[in-house]
Amino acid sequence: MTALAPTGRVIEASARVYRRTFRGSVMSTFLNPVLFLLAMGVGLGKLVDSGAGGSTLPVDYLTFLAPGLLASTAMTTAAGDASFPVMAGIKWRKTYEAILATPVGVGDLVAGHLGWIALRLTFVTLVYAGVMTAFGATSVVEGLLAVPPAVLTGIAVAAVVTAYTARLKDEMGLSSLFRWAITPLFLFSGTFFPVSQLPGWMHPVAYATPLFHGVELCRGIALDLPSAVSPWASLGYLVAMLALGWVLAERLMRKRLVK
Amino acid sequence: MADPLVIARDLHKSFGELVAVGGIDFEVRRGEVFGFLGPNGAGKSSTMKMIGAVSPISGGSLSVLGMDPAVDGPRIRARLGVVPQDNNLDEELTVYENLLIYGRYFGLPKKVIDPRIDELLTFTQLDERRKSRVEPLSGGMKRRLTIARGLINTPEMMILDEPTTGLDPQARHLLWDRLYRLKQEGVTLIITTHYMDEAEQLCDRLVIMDKGRIVAEGSPRSLIEQHSTKEVLELRFAVGTQEEHAHRLEGMAVRTEILPDRVLLYTHDADRSFDEVHAAGIVPESTVSRRATLEDVFLHLTGRSLVE
Repeated sequence: MTALAPTGRVIEASARVYRRTFRGSVMSTFLNPVLFLLAMGVGLGKLVDSGAGGSTLPVDYLTFLAPGLLASTAMTTAAGDASFPVMAGIKWRKTYEAILATPVGVGDLVAGHLGWIALRLTFVTLVYAGVMTAFGATSVVEGLLAVPPAVLTGIAVAAVVTAYTARLKDEMGLSSLFRWAITPLFLFSGTFFPVSQLPGWMHPVAYATPLFHGVELCRGIALDLPSAVSPWASLGYLVAMLALGWVLAERLMRKRLVK
Repeated sequence: MADPLVIARDLHKSFGELVAVGGIDFEVRRGEVFGFLGPNGAGKSSTMKMIGAVSPISGGSLSVLGMDPAVDGPRIRARLGVVPQDNNLDEELTVYENLLIYGRYFGLPKKVIDPRIDELLTFTQLDERRKSRVEPLSGGMKRRLTIARGLINTPEMMILDEPTTGLDPQARHLLWDRLYRLKQEGVTLIITTHYMDEAEQLCDRLVIMDKGRIVAEGSPRSLIEQHSTKEVLELRFAVGTQEEHAHRLEGMAVRTEILPDRVLLYTHDADRSFDEVHAAGIVPESTVSRRATLEDVFLHLTGRSLVE
């Protein structure tokens, strides 16, 4: 049997670590979509559908919300996986130092790290799509079709967050990341309401964010709705972000770890 | 004689303005225990990282296992075992999982790693901890596990950066014993330390480093013979009186060294020097006679003590 490539070994190691520590996250993986769809989709949805939402949205609120939440969940999961574990690897536990003493190099480490996040995002979004379908928010096929763009959204965010974390001196920067970037993105990128509801001057800001494009793609596919921008533009945006983030992540990680 | 495993010529390492290693030459031969002795900040760890092919050299040349670390990093690392200053174990995982995952980073199949883990756990006396999580283990156990981890790929050469710093005496002796056994098995060991007793116990040959340079090189015995007398008489005087006594002691020994808290007389026969001191009517508060150590060599060459 020939040995796996170094990138594969990093993915495998991450999976082994995950098998050991997954209990906490598995609950949230299954529970979060249920809670969100219940509270927002069903609870708030009743209010929206019987009010102005009924005339503004082309579909009922739960159906509108679900694909947006799929992309948002991919983003927040990715941001979590690309920040705290990276900080632990660099600084808290210095496990990256141990890894780099083996034949695995910085490029393999970053590729494996992102590869593992992509696998985990696939799992998380598939579960989510299943819950969406169970809630009647989408059909099985359309729910499944929305998984790839959600994973793309997440992995693009993960690459940029990895690059960001590689430069951080301490954990202060991690709370800033969630407070000033991830949470506002979660709230204002069209997940909970169409961006067209925002004041006009905020539209370009929303269009410039990755989650907006992720939400548009997922919603477009899951609901077969026309989107505000061309899906090709959204796809191009996310692919470019992934490529740029990956290159940056590798460069900054090398700068941080190879001295 | 076999080719040296490591050859360094005018090796430099700098971090911006800071020069960590300022041009050193050394060779490590197959099968020996080679030591870098020196105080903190002497450039020992920087040198180790360059040998480990994880830190690029800033100048000069370096060959490790006949290869250039800048070109063949992964191939060199595949044949090295590394025990870094910090244990950097994955503390959430078990002892077994740490070893398995590390073996996989080397691309070894599980059916090769598993029997190897059995051997290594016996070797490092961690058999009973196989399924324990790493976090609650003692410092000595974590250190032994880090050594077991460094041996997972059956390396030809092992690099240990301050292997016993922070360990209690028992744990240190157990570790020394294991390192000695590795040497018996033919593994080449490179260690850094700022403990002279460790260097004397373990090293066949060593270099003494100070401020990024090598100030002396040889076997522990030859270094002591070259740079010190065989015996040392330490004299401690009442506070404030050391100065006046010290002057009178000059000439009674091959060399005297005045430290803040005591005077060292370097002599061929400490007992005789003791008698001479007494005959001269000099009465110290306490005296210790001992064999010269590497600490004396370092003190002589740099005017400072090793630890601190």
